[in-house]
Amino acid sequence: MKHSFIDQYSDLGSFIHKLDPRTKLITTFAFLLAVLIMPISRWQAFAFYFALVFALILFSRVPLLYIIKRSLVIVPFVLVIAVLNLPFKQGETVGEFNIWLWRVSITYEGLLAFYSIMAKAWLSILGLILLSSTTPFDRLLRGMEQLGLPKVMVMILSFMYRYIFVLTDEVMRMKQARDSRNFGGKRLWQIKTIGNMIGTVFIRSYERAERVHAAMLSRGFEGQMRMTSHLKFKKADAYFGMSFLSCLVAIGCFPFFYS
Amino acid sequence: MDYAIEIAGLFFEYPDSQKALSGINLDIPVGQTVALIGPNGAGKSTLLLHLNGILTSNGSVKVMGLSVEGKNLKTIRSKVGLVFQNPDDQLFSPTVFEDVAFGPINMGHSQEEVRKLVTQALASVGMNGYEKRSGHHLSIGEKKRIAIATVMAMSPQVLVIDEPTSSLDPRAKWAFIDLLRGLKMTKIIASHDLEMVQALCERTIVMDKGQIVADGITQRILADFALLQSSGLAPASTGPSGYPDKAG
Repeated sequence: MKHSFIDQYSDLGSFIHKLDPRTKLITTFAFLLAVLIMPISRWQAFAFYFALVFALILFSRVPLLYIIKRSLVIVPFVLVIAVLNLPFKQGETVGEFNIWLWRVSITYEGLLAFYSIMAKAWLSILGLILLSSTTPFDRLLRGMEQLGLPKVMVMILSFMYRYIFVLTDEVMRMKQARDSRNFGGKRLWQIKTIGNMIGTVFIRSYERAERVHAAMLSRGFEGQMRMTSHLKFKKADAYFGMSFLSCLVAIGCFPFFYS
Repeated sequence: MDYAIEIAGLFFEYPDSQKALSGINLDIPVGQTVALIGPNGAGKSTLLLHLNGILTSNGSVKVMGLSVEGKNLKTIRSKVGLVFQNPDDQLFSPTVFEDVAFGPINMGHSQEEVRKLVTQALASVGMNGYEKRSGHHLSIGEKKRIAIATVMAMSPQVLVIDEPTSSLDPRAKWAFIDLLRGLKMTKIIASHDLEMVQALCERTIVMDKGQIVADGITQRILADFALLQSSGLAPASTGPSGYPDKAG
Protein backbone atom coordinates (compact mmCIF):
# COMPACT_ATOMS: atom_id res chain seq x y z
CA MET A 1 0.00 0.00 0.00
CA LYS A 2 1.42 3.32 -1.04
CA HIS A 3 0.71 6.54 0.76
CA SER A 4 -0.49 8.73 -2.05
CA PHE A 5 -1.78 12.26 -1.73
CA ILE A 6 -4.08 14.49 -3.69
CA ASP A 7 -3.41 17.36 -1.33
CA GLN A 8 0.27 16.97 -0.50
CA TYR A 9 1.81 19.97 1.41
CA SER A 10 -1.69 21.11 2.36
CA ASP A 11 -0.80 20.93 6.06
CA LEU A 12 1.98 23.55 5.93
CA GLY A 13 1.36 26.71 7.93
CA SER A 14 1.77 29.70 5.61
CA PHE A 15 -0.77 32.51 5.65
CA ILE A 16 -2.19 31.15 2.40
CA HIS A 17 -2.81 27.79 4.07
CA LYS A 18 -4.63 29.54 6.89
CA LEU A 19 -7.06 31.39 4.64
CA ASP A 20 -10.67 30.26 4.54
CA PRO A 21 -11.13 27.69 1.75
CA ARG A 22 -13.97 29.79 0.34
CA THR A 23 -11.65 32.79 -0.08
CA LYS A 24 -9.25 30.59 -1.98
CA LEU A 25 -11.96 29.03 -4.12
CA ILE A 26 -13.37 32.42 -5.08
CA THR A 27 -10.02 34.07 -5.78
CA THR A 28 -8.83 31.04 -7.74
CA PHE A 29 -11.87 31.08 -9.97
CA ALA A 30 -11.64 34.85 -10.39
CA PHE A 31 -8.05 34.31 -11.44
CA LEU A 32 -9.02 31.61 -13.96
CA LEU A 33 -11.70 33.84 -15.40
CA ALA A 34 -9.33 36.81 -15.68
CA VAL A 35 -6.70 34.66 -17.40
CA LEU A 36 -9.15 33.09 -19.83
CA ILE A 37 -10.77 36.32 -21.04
CA MET A 38 -7.48 38.20 -21.44
CA PRO A 39 -6.51 38.41 -25.14
CA ILE A 40 -2.98 37.16 -25.79
CA SER A 41 -2.12 40.33 -27.70
CA ARG A 42 -1.75 42.02 -24.33
CA TRP A 43 1.24 39.93 -23.39
CA GLN A 44 2.30 42.25 -20.55
CA ALA A 45 -0.77 41.14 -18.61
CA PHE A 46 0.37 37.53 -18.83
CA ALA A 47 3.78 38.46 -17.47
CA PHE A 48 1.97 39.97 -14.47
CA TYR A 49 -0.22 36.89 -14.06
CA PHE A 50 2.83 34.66 -13.96
CA ALA A 51 4.51 36.99 -11.49
CA LEU A 52 1.38 36.90 -9.31
CA VAL A 53 1.14 33.11 -9.29
CA PHE A 54 4.81 32.59 -8.59
CA ALA A 55 4.75 35.17 -5.80
CA LEU A 56 1.87 33.30 -4.17
CA ILE A 57 3.68 29.98 -4.59
CA LEU A 58 6.72 31.48 -2.83
CA PHE A 59 4.52 32.81 0.00
CA SER A 60 2.84 29.44 0.38
CA ARG A 61 6.23 27.71 0.94
CA VAL A 62 5.12 24.78 -1.22
CA PRO A 63 8.27 23.65 -3.11
CA LEU A 64 8.31 25.38 -6.50
CA LEU A 65 9.80 22.34 -8.22
CA TYR A 66 6.94 20.14 -6.97
CA ILE A 67 4.34 22.51 -8.40
CA ILE A 68 6.11 22.81 -11.74
CA LYS A 69 6.50 19.05 -12.02
CA ARG A 70 2.82 18.49 -11.32
CA SER A 71 1.81 21.21 -13.76
CA LEU A 72 3.61 19.36 -16.57
CA VAL A 73 0.95 16.64 -16.42
CA ILE A 74 -1.36 18.70 -18.62
CA VAL A 75 1.30 19.49 -21.27
CA PRO A 76 0.53 16.51 -23.56
CA PHE A 77 -3.19 17.30 -23.69
CA VAL A 78 -2.77 21.00 -24.20
CA LEU A 79 0.04 20.57 -26.69
CA VAL A 80 -2.17 18.46 -28.95
CA ILE A 81 -4.89 21.10 -28.98
CA ALA A 82 -2.43 23.95 -29.38
CA VAL A 83 -0.56 22.30 -32.26
CA LEU A 84 -3.79 21.41 -34.04
CA ASN A 85 -4.66 25.09 -33.90
CA LEU A 86 -1.49 26.11 -35.74
CA PRO A 87 -2.35 25.30 -39.39
CA PHE A 88 -6.04 26.11 -39.25
CA LYS A 89 -5.96 29.84 -38.63
CA GLN A 90 -6.35 32.18 -41.58
CA GLY A 91 -3.99 35.10 -41.77
CA GLU A 92 -0.51 36.30 -42.54
CA THR A 93 1.77 33.34 -43.32
CA VAL A 94 5.01 33.10 -41.42
CA GLY A 95 6.25 29.73 -42.68
CA GLU A 96 5.32 26.83 -44.88
CA PHE A 97 6.44 23.22 -45.03
CA ASN A 98 5.40 19.89 -46.50
CA ILE A 99 4.10 16.94 -44.54
CA TRP A 100 3.89 14.04 -47.01
CA LEU A 101 1.14 15.19 -49.45
CA TRP A 102 -0.05 18.24 -47.61
CA ARG A 103 1.32 21.72 -47.77
CA VAL A 104 0.98 23.23 -44.35
CA SER A 105 1.30 26.92 -43.73
CA ILE A 106 1.72 28.46 -40.33
CA THR A 107 0.16 31.85 -39.82
CA TYR A 108 0.93 34.62 -37.40
CA GLU A 109 -2.58 34.22 -35.96
CA GLY A 110 -2.05 30.49 -35.58
CA LEU A 111 1.13 31.10 -33.62
CA LEU A 112 -0.66 33.57 -31.39
CA ALA A 113 -3.41 31.04 -30.70
CA PHE A 114 -0.71 28.48 -29.88
CA TYR A 115 0.97 30.77 -27.36
CA SER A 116 -2.38 31.77 -25.94
CA ILE A 117 -3.54 28.20 -25.31
CA MET A 118 -0.23 27.18 -23.78
CA ALA A 119 0.04 30.22 -21.49
CA LYS A 120 -3.59 30.13 -20.35
CA ALA A 121 -3.56 26.39 -19.68
CA TRP A 122 -0.34 26.59 -17.73
CA LEU A 123 -1.48 29.56 -15.66
CA SER A 124 -4.78 27.84 -14.89
CA ILE A 125 -3.17 24.61 -13.79
CA LEU A 126 -0.62 26.47 -11.65
CA GLY A 127 -3.46 28.29 -9.92
CA LEU A 128 -5.38 25.06 -9.29
CA ILE A 129 -2.33 23.20 -8.01
CA LEU A 130 -1.64 26.09 -5.66
CA LEU A 131 -5.23 25.82 -4.41
CA SER A 132 -5.10 22.05 -3.89
CA SER A 133 -1.68 22.08 -2.21
CA THR A 134 -2.59 24.80 0.26
CA THR A 135 -5.99 23.46 1.32
CA PRO A 136 -6.65 20.06 2.89
CA PHE A 137 -9.24 18.29 0.77
CA ASP A 138 -11.87 18.01 3.47
CA ARG A 139 -11.71 21.79 4.09
CA LEU A 140 -11.98 22.40 0.38
CA LEU A 141 -15.11 20.24 0.32
CA ARG A 142 -16.61 22.10 3.23
CA GLY A 143 -15.85 25.37 1.46
CA MET A 144 -17.59 24.18 -1.71
CA GLU A 145 -20.56 23.02 0.32
CA GLN A 146 -20.91 26.37 2.07
CA LEU A 147 -20.57 28.16 -1.26
CA GLY A 148 -23.67 26.27 -2.36
CA LEU A 149 -22.35 23.33 -4.36
CA PRO A 150 -25.09 20.64 -4.23
CA LYS A 151 -24.52 18.13 -1.43
CA VAL A 152 -24.63 15.21 -3.83
CA MET A 153 -21.63 16.63 -5.68
CA VAL A 154 -19.78 17.23 -2.42
CA MET A 155 -20.48 13.63 -1.36
CA ILE A 156 -19.28 12.25 -4.68
CA LEU A 157 -16.04 14.23 -4.40
CA SER A 158 -15.62 13.16 -0.80
CA PHE A 159 -15.98 9.47 -1.69
CA MET A 160 -13.61 9.96 -4.61
CA TYR A 161 -11.00 11.41 -2.27
CA ARG A 162 -11.43 8.53 0.17
CA TYR A 163 -11.49 5.66 -2.31
CA ILE A 164 -9.45 6.67 -5.35
CA PHE A 165 -6.22 5.29 -3.86
CA VAL A 166 -7.98 2.23 -2.46
CA LEU A 167 -9.00 1.54 -6.06
CA THR A 168 -5.56 2.25 -7.51
CA ASP A 169 -4.07 -0.12 -4.92
CA GLU A 170 -6.57 -2.76 -6.00
CA VAL A 171 -5.68 -2.27 -9.66
CA MET A 172 -1.99 -2.45 -8.79
CA ARG A 173 -2.48 -5.78 -7.00
CA MET A 174 -4.47 -7.13 -9.94
CA LYS A 175 -1.71 -6.07 -12.32
CA GLN A 176 0.89 -7.81 -10.17
CA ALA A 177 -1.23 -10.95 -10.12
CA ARG A 178 -1.62 -10.78 -13.89
CA ASP A 179 2.07 -10.16 -14.50
CA SER A 180 3.10 -13.08 -12.32
CA ARG A 181 1.07 -15.39 -14.54
CA ASN A 182 1.66 -13.64 -17.83
CA PHE A 183 3.77 -15.55 -20.32
CA GLY A 184 3.29 -13.26 -23.28
CA GLY A 185 0.56 -14.33 -25.62
CA LYS A 186 -1.04 -12.52 -28.49
CA ARG A 187 -1.87 -8.83 -28.37
CA LEU A 188 -5.59 -9.60 -28.70
CA TRP A 189 -5.38 -11.92 -25.69
CA GLN A 190 -3.66 -9.24 -23.63
CA ILE A 191 -6.28 -6.68 -24.53
CA LYS A 192 -8.95 -9.16 -23.49
CA THR A 193 -7.25 -9.55 -20.10
CA ILE A 194 -7.27 -5.79 -19.60
CA GLY A 195 -10.96 -5.73 -20.49
CA ASN A 196 -11.66 -8.37 -17.86
CA MET A 197 -9.69 -6.41 -15.30
CA ILE A 198 -11.69 -3.26 -15.96
CA GLY A 199 -14.91 -5.24 -15.55
CA THR A 200 -13.70 -6.76 -12.30
CA VAL A 201 -12.71 -3.37 -10.88
CA PHE A 202 -16.15 -2.05 -11.76
CA ILE A 203 -17.97 -4.93 -10.07
CA ARG A 204 -15.75 -4.79 -7.00
CA SER A 205 -16.34 -1.05 -6.67
CA TYR A 206 -20.05 -1.59 -7.03
CA GLU A 207 -20.05 -4.20 -4.28
CA ARG A 208 -17.89 -2.01 -2.10
CA ALA A 209 -20.41 0.78 -2.57
CA GLU A 210 -23.11 -1.53 -1.25
CA ARG A 211 -21.04 -2.39 1.82
CA VAL A 212 -20.21 1.27 2.45
CA HIS A 213 -23.89 2.10 2.20
CA ALA A 214 -24.67 -0.63 4.74
CA ALA A 215 -22.01 0.82 7.04
CA MET A 216 -23.58 4.27 6.65
CA LEU A 217 -27.07 2.92 7.41
CA SER A 218 -25.71 1.15 10.48
CA ARG A 219 -24.68 4.50 11.86
CA GLY A 220 -28.07 6.09 11.41
CA PHE A 221 -27.73 7.50 7.89
CA GLU A 222 -31.12 8.49 6.51
CA GLY A 223 -30.19 9.97 3.17
CA GLN A 224 -29.09 13.36 4.48
CA MET A 225 -25.48 14.40 4.90
CA ARG A 226 -25.31 16.76 7.83
CA MET A 227 -22.57 19.20 8.54
CA THR A 228 -20.49 19.35 11.68
CA SER A 229 -19.03 22.81 11.67
CA HIS A 230 -19.30 26.01 9.74
CA LEU A 231 -16.36 27.92 8.40
CA LYS A 232 -15.87 31.49 9.49
CA PHE A 233 -14.28 34.27 7.48
CA LYS A 234 -11.50 36.13 9.27
CA LYS A 235 -9.96 39.55 8.71
CA ALA A 236 -7.10 38.03 6.76
CA ASP A 237 -9.62 36.64 4.27
CA ALA A 238 -11.02 40.08 3.59
CA TYR A 239 -7.55 41.63 3.20
CA PHE A 240 -6.29 38.88 0.93
CA GLY A 241 -9.48 38.67 -1.12
CA MET A 242 -9.66 42.41 -1.69
CA SER A 243 -5.98 42.86 -2.55
CA PHE A 244 -5.95 39.83 -4.86
CA LEU A 245 -9.04 40.96 -6.73
CA SER A 246 -7.73 44.53 -7.06
CA CYS A 247 -4.48 43.06 -8.43
CA LEU A 248 -6.51 41.26 -11.08
CA VAL A 249 -8.42 44.42 -11.98
CA ALA A 250 -5.21 46.45 -12.11
CA ILE A 251 -3.58 43.90 -14.42
CA GLY A 252 -6.68 43.87 -16.57
CA CYS A 253 -6.62 47.65 -16.98
CA PHE A 254 -2.85 48.06 -17.07
CA PRO A 255 -2.21 48.87 -20.78
CA PHE A 256 -4.94 51.50 -20.70
CA PHE A 257 -2.89 53.57 -18.30
CA TYR A 258 -0.61 54.35 -21.26
CA SER A 259 -3.18 54.95 -23.91
CA MET B 1 -33.26 -12.27 32.66
CA ASP B 2 -32.96 -9.32 30.28
CA TYR B 3 -32.09 -10.24 26.76
CA ALA B 4 -30.04 -8.01 24.45
CA ILE B 5 -30.90 -10.10 21.41
CA GLU B 6 -33.87 -12.41 20.84
CA ILE B 7 -34.17 -14.20 17.52
CA ALA B 8 -36.92 -16.67 16.70
CA GLY B 9 -37.46 -18.64 13.50
CA LEU B 10 -35.22 -16.54 11.27
CA PHE B 11 -34.92 -17.65 7.64
CA PHE B 12 -33.15 -15.66 4.94
CA GLU B 13 -32.57 -16.19 1.26
CA TYR B 14 -30.47 -13.94 -0.97
CA PRO B 15 -32.07 -12.68 -4.19
CA ASP B 16 -30.21 -15.37 -6.16
CA SER B 17 -32.18 -17.87 -4.00
CA GLN B 18 -29.09 -18.96 -2.15
CA LYS B 19 -30.18 -19.97 1.35
CA ALA B 20 -28.16 -18.08 3.94
CA LEU B 21 -30.12 -18.67 7.15
CA SER B 22 -32.47 -21.53 7.75
CA GLY B 23 -34.18 -21.41 11.11
CA ILE B 24 -32.14 -19.44 13.62
CA ASN B 25 -33.33 -19.33 17.23
CA LEU B 26 -31.07 -17.47 19.58
CA ASP B 27 -31.23 -15.51 22.84
CA ILE B 28 -28.35 -13.49 24.16
CA PRO B 29 -28.58 -12.04 27.69
CA VAL B 30 -27.38 -8.51 28.40
CA GLY B 31 -23.68 -8.30 29.18
CA GLN B 32 -22.63 -11.57 27.57
CA THR B 33 -19.71 -11.85 25.17
CA VAL B 34 -20.63 -14.34 22.50
CA ALA B 35 -18.53 -15.80 19.72
CA LEU B 36 -20.14 -16.78 16.46
CA ILE B 37 -17.89 -19.26 14.69
CA GLY B 38 -18.29 -21.31 11.58
CA PRO B 39 -16.76 -21.86 8.15
CA ASN B 40 -16.97 -19.39 5.27
CA GLY B 41 -20.51 -19.17 3.97
CA ALA B 42 -22.05 -20.45 7.21
CA GLY B 43 -24.25 -17.34 7.39
CA LYS B 44 -22.45 -15.49 10.19
CA SER B 45 -22.25 -12.12 8.41
CA THR B 46 -25.83 -12.46 7.15
CA LEU B 47 -26.99 -13.03 10.71
CA LEU B 48 -25.07 -9.98 11.92
CA LEU B 49 -26.69 -7.79 9.26
CA HIS B 50 -30.10 -8.76 10.70
CA LEU B 51 -29.20 -7.41 14.12
CA ASN B 52 -29.69 -3.78 13.10
CA GLY B 53 -32.10 -4.25 10.24
CA ILE B 54 -29.78 -3.83 7.26
CA LEU B 55 -31.31 -7.12 6.13
CA THR B 56 -34.78 -8.11 7.20
CA SER B 57 -36.91 -11.19 6.70
CA ASN B 58 -40.05 -12.70 8.14
CA GLY B 59 -38.58 -14.15 11.33
CA SER B 60 -38.64 -12.22 14.57
CA VAL B 61 -35.56 -10.32 15.71
CA LYS B 62 -35.67 -8.24 18.87
CA VAL B 63 -32.93 -5.98 20.20
CA MET B 64 -33.20 -4.76 23.80
CA GLY B 65 -36.86 -5.74 23.65
CA LEU B 66 -37.56 -3.71 20.49
CA SER B 67 -38.48 -5.62 17.37
CA VAL B 68 -36.28 -4.78 14.39
CA GLU B 69 -38.64 -3.06 11.96
CA GLY B 70 -39.22 0.26 10.23
CA LYS B 71 -40.30 2.53 13.06
CA ASN B 72 -37.72 1.21 15.54
CA LEU B 73 -34.76 1.17 13.15
CA LYS B 74 -33.36 4.54 14.20
CA THR B 75 -33.38 3.63 17.89
CA ILE B 76 -32.01 0.16 17.21
CA ARG B 77 -29.16 1.44 15.07
CA SER B 78 -28.11 3.72 17.89
CA LYS B 79 -28.17 0.78 20.31
CA VAL B 80 -26.40 -1.73 18.10
CA GLY B 81 -22.89 -0.84 16.96
CA LEU B 82 -22.11 -2.90 13.89
CA VAL B 83 -18.46 -3.03 12.84
CA PHE B 84 -17.81 -4.38 9.37
CA GLN B 85 -15.02 -6.75 8.52
CA ASN B 86 -13.18 -4.48 6.11
CA PRO B 87 -12.33 -1.13 7.73
CA ASP B 88 -12.09 0.42 4.26
CA ASP B 89 -15.86 -0.05 4.06
CA GLN B 90 -16.44 1.24 7.57
CA LEU B 91 -14.31 4.37 7.15
CA PHE B 92 -15.69 6.31 4.21
CA SER B 93 -15.05 9.94 5.12
CA PRO B 94 -12.13 12.16 4.14
CA THR B 95 -10.88 12.40 7.73
CA VAL B 96 -10.99 10.26 10.87
CA PHE B 97 -12.89 13.00 12.70
CA GLU B 98 -15.68 13.06 10.15
CA ASP B 99 -15.89 9.26 10.22
CA VAL B 100 -16.22 9.05 13.99
CA ALA B 101 -18.59 12.03 13.99
CA PHE B 102 -20.86 10.50 11.33
CA GLY B 103 -22.95 8.43 13.76
CA PRO B 104 -23.40 11.12 16.44
CA ILE B 105 -24.32 13.74 13.80
CA ASN B 106 -26.98 11.44 12.36
CA MET B 107 -28.31 10.93 15.87
CA GLY B 108 -28.89 14.68 15.99
CA HIS B 109 -26.33 15.72 18.61
CA SER B 110 -25.20 19.33 18.76
CA GLN B 111 -21.83 20.36 17.42
CA GLU B 112 -20.26 20.54 20.86
CA GLU B 113 -21.59 17.15 21.94
CA VAL B 114 -20.35 15.62 18.70
CA ARG B 115 -16.86 16.92 19.34
CA LYS B 116 -16.93 15.55 22.88
CA LEU B 117 -18.22 12.15 21.77
CA VAL B 118 -15.55 11.89 19.07
CA THR B 119 -12.79 12.67 21.56
CA GLN B 120 -14.16 10.12 24.02
CA ALA B 121 -14.59 7.44 21.36
CA LEU B 122 -11.06 7.93 20.05
CA ALA B 123 -9.71 7.82 23.60
CA SER B 124 -11.57 4.58 24.28
CA VAL B 125 -9.63 2.87 21.48
CA GLY B 126 -6.35 4.63 22.24
CA MET B 127 -6.34 6.73 19.10
CA ASN B 128 -6.38 10.33 20.39
CA GLY B 129 -4.83 12.83 18.05
CA TYR B 130 -5.82 10.98 14.88
CA GLU B 131 -8.73 13.34 14.14
CA LYS B 132 -7.21 15.03 11.11
CA ARG B 133 -5.68 11.94 9.52
CA SER B 134 -7.11 10.55 6.33
CA GLY B 135 -8.44 7.00 6.39
CA HIS B 136 -6.17 6.10 3.50
CA HIS B 137 -3.03 6.91 5.45
CA LEU B 138 -3.61 4.54 8.39
CA SER B 139 -2.20 1.09 9.03
CA ILE B 140 -4.65 -1.80 9.08
CA GLY B 141 -4.44 -2.02 12.89
CA GLU B 142 -5.16 1.70 13.24
CA LYS B 143 -8.06 1.42 10.80
CA LYS B 144 -9.59 -1.43 12.84
CA ARG B 145 -9.38 0.66 16.00
CA ILE B 146 -10.91 3.72 14.36
CA ALA B 147 -13.66 1.46 12.99
CA ILE B 148 -14.52 0.49 16.58
CA ALA B 149 -14.42 4.16 17.56
CA THR B 150 -16.94 5.04 14.86
CA VAL B 151 -19.56 2.92 16.62
CA MET B 152 -18.36 3.65 20.19
CA ALA B 153 -19.17 7.31 19.50
CA MET B 154 -22.84 6.29 19.38
CA SER B 155 -22.59 4.71 22.88
CA PRO B 156 -24.08 1.40 21.74
CA GLN B 157 -25.43 -1.18 24.18
CA VAL B 158 -24.60 -4.07 21.90
CA LEU B 159 -21.35 -4.29 19.96
CA VAL B 160 -21.46 -6.53 16.91
CA ILE B 161 -18.12 -7.17 15.21
CA ASP B 162 -17.38 -9.13 12.06
CA GLU B 163 -13.93 -10.75 11.98
CA PRO B 164 -12.15 -8.27 14.25
CA THR B 165 -8.75 -9.95 14.09
CA SER B 166 -8.57 -10.82 10.39
CA SER B 167 -5.41 -9.54 8.69
CA LEU B 168 -3.84 -8.33 11.94
CA ASP B 169 -0.36 -9.52 12.87
CA PRO B 170 -0.09 -11.29 16.25
CA ARG B 171 1.06 -8.23 18.19
CA ALA B 172 -1.71 -6.03 16.80
CA LYS B 173 -4.16 -8.87 17.31
CA TRP B 174 -3.46 -9.34 21.01
CA ALA B 175 -3.49 -5.60 21.62
CA PHE B 176 -6.84 -5.51 19.85
CA ILE B 177 -8.19 -8.37 21.95
CA ASP B 178 -7.21 -6.45 25.10
CA LEU B 179 -9.03 -3.43 23.74
CA LEU B 180 -12.20 -5.46 23.11
CA ARG B 181 -12.00 -7.00 26.57
CA GLY B 182 -12.02 -3.50 28.06
CA LEU B 183 -15.28 -2.53 26.35
CA LYS B 184 -18.03 -3.39 28.81
CA MET B 185 -21.21 -4.17 26.93
CA THR B 186 -22.93 -7.06 25.22
CA LYS B 187 -20.62 -8.24 22.46
CA ILE B 188 -21.25 -10.54 19.53
CA ILE B 189 -18.13 -11.44 17.61
CA ALA B 190 -18.10 -13.42 14.37
CA SER B 191 -14.75 -15.00 13.67
CA HIS B 192 -12.67 -18.01 12.64
CA ASP B 193 -10.01 -17.03 15.12
CA LEU B 194 -10.36 -19.66 17.83
CA GLU B 195 -7.48 -18.17 19.84
CA MET B 196 -9.37 -14.95 20.18
CA VAL B 197 -12.64 -16.71 20.91
CA GLN B 198 -11.00 -18.57 23.75
CA ALA B 199 -9.42 -15.43 25.16
CA LEU B 200 -12.50 -13.26 24.96
CA CYS B 201 -15.82 -15.04 24.83
CA GLU B 202 -17.66 -16.94 27.56
CA ARG B 203 -20.19 -18.43 25.15
CA THR B 204 -19.69 -19.82 21.65
CA ILE B 205 -22.21 -20.51 18.93
CA VAL B 206 -21.20 -22.71 16.03
CA MET B 207 -22.94 -22.11 12.71
CA ASP B 208 -22.85 -24.22 9.58
CA LYS B 209 -24.98 -24.03 6.44
CA GLY B 210 -27.25 -21.36 7.86
CA GLN B 211 -28.04 -23.21 11.07
CA ILE B 212 -26.82 -23.20 14.63
CA VAL B 213 -25.17 -26.58 15.17
CA ALA B 214 -23.87 -26.00 18.67
CA ASP B 215 -24.24 -23.44 21.43
CA GLY B 216 -22.54 -23.53 24.80
CA ILE B 217 -19.72 -22.55 27.09
CA THR B 218 -16.66 -21.67 25.01
CA GLN B 219 -14.33 -24.13 26.73
CA ARG B 220 -16.68 -27.03 26.14
CA ILE B 221 -17.22 -26.15 22.47
CA LEU B 222 -13.54 -25.66 21.72
CA ALA B 223 -12.70 -28.96 23.44
CA ASP B 224 -15.17 -30.83 21.25
CA PHE B 225 -12.77 -31.69 18.45
CA ALA B 226 -15.26 -33.82 16.54
CA LEU B 227 -17.71 -30.90 16.42
CA LEU B 228 -15.05 -28.48 15.18
CA GLN B 229 -13.97 -31.01 12.56
CA SER B 230 -17.45 -31.60 11.27
CA SER B 231 -18.09 -27.88 10.89
CA GLY B 232 -14.81 -27.24 9.14
CA LEU B 233 -13.06 -25.38 11.95
CA ALA B 234 -10.36 -27.96 12.67
CA PRO B 235 -8.16 -30.03 10.35
CA ALA B 236 -9.73 -33.24 9.08
CA SER B 237 -6.82 -35.21 10.50
CA THR B 238 -4.65 -34.21 13.44
CA GLY B 239 -1.11 -33.25 12.51
CA PRO B 240 1.94 -33.76 14.68
CA SER B 241 1.38 -30.36 16.29
CA GLY B 242 -1.58 -31.92 18.08
CA TYR B 243 -4.12 -29.14 17.62
CA PRO B 244 -6.78 -30.50 20.03
CA ASP B 245 -4.54 -30.23 23.12
CA LYS B 246 -4.18 -26.51 22.58
CA ALA B 247 -7.86 -25.96 22.06
CA GLY B 248 -8.77 -27.70 25.31
